[in-house]
Amino acid sequence: MAVKPGNMTPVKWDPKRDHKLNIPLLPGGWETPQALPGGNRPASNLLQKSGVPGVITAKADQLFAMARSASLWPLTFGLACCAIEMISTYMAHHDLDRFGVVTWPSPRQSDVMIVAGTVVKKMAPPIKLLYEQMPDPKWIIAMGSCATNGGPYYRSYSVVMGVDHIIPVDVYVPGCPPRPEALMEGILRLQEKIKQDARRK
Amino acid sequence: MTQERPARPHPAPAEAPSALTEEGQALSALLAQALAVFKPAMDAALDEVVVTVERDVLPQAALALRDDPRLSFDYMMCLSVVDYEDRFEVVYHLRSLEKGSRFALKVSLPYDDPRIPSLIGVWPGADWYEREGHDLFGVVFEGHPNLAPLLLYEGFEGYPGRKSYPINDYQEW
Repeated sequence: MAVKPGNMTPVKWDPKRDHKLNIPLLPGGWETPQALPGGNRPASNLLQKSGVPGVITAKADQLFAMARSASLWPLTFGLACCAIEMISTYMAHHDLDRFGVVTWPSPRQSDVMIVAGTVVKKMAPPIKLLYEQMPDPKWIIAMGSCATNGGPYYRSYSVVMGVDHIIPVDVYVPGCPPRPEALMEGILRLQEKIKQDARRK
Repeated sequence: MTQERPARPHPAPAEAPSALTEEGQALSALLAQALAVFKPAMDAALDEVVVTVERDVLPQAALALRDDPRLSFDYMMCLSVVDYEDRFEVVYHLRSLEKGSRFALKVSLPYDDPRIPSLIGVWPGADWYEREGHDLFGVVFEGHPNLAPLLLYEGFEGYPGRKSYPINDYQEW
């Protein structure tokens, strides 16, 4: 099975089209030319709103949400094999520091809890305690199928069928375990969610 | 780009030896001689020596296994409990770090009365293994200082390791 070159449409870098000074100003705001379905993300609506580059008009909630989403500090907390993928996501190859994600070994100053692994019933009370110790605003990422719904241990005698039985979850990352790219996608989705929630306030 | 690959040759799996090796036979003879007062039942599973003793003489036999200079089984690798539905079998996997030999020591328990003396005084590493056996199978290790649940949460009902445990009945938490 050879891949025919005609099936692929490579996107060439065109400085006339892609340079930011030459981006056509559309009625909705700044449209990034390479923002395609499945491709790059469109720019945040907050940046598009004023229509003038370098100027942002927003509510204070939105500005706080921008700051919060750009400095998410997850609790250093792993339960099972998903934690290994989470650790490798933090490390240099998939560098989570790029997104402002820095692990913090205390729930008192953490923003995000990444529930990475199987939630057994014996571990459920400590997880709930850690969640209650985190200050508001706080977000939860359920990483992997175990934390989502029990996964391979569904209806087991010792496993909670999803961490959302004990704490509210914002983003579910599927996979068993999810690849680091999947966790990064979950974190990007969480950042978008934080900004969107602020916009709806 | 995938290419046609030749079928991968499947190597024939090595056949497990059905009898003891010479070292195993020597160990079996030595164990039968050293544990003669405890009336052991000698057996073999594949290439491993299996010795079965009664539970009444288990602590003395374990002390002899640990302290006899010919044996010096100073390391209890693993403790497992097996549910045969008419009896329990507690299996101690022992190893001698000095001699490099290993074997399995088995004790059979009646299903209605799963009590066995604790070996935490002989091998302190038996601590958590015995708590796990008590958690999952309900085997009572008499003399253990703290048989609190190790793996299960407080208030768990039943013994999930037993074959009679209703594994499909989810206990809502």
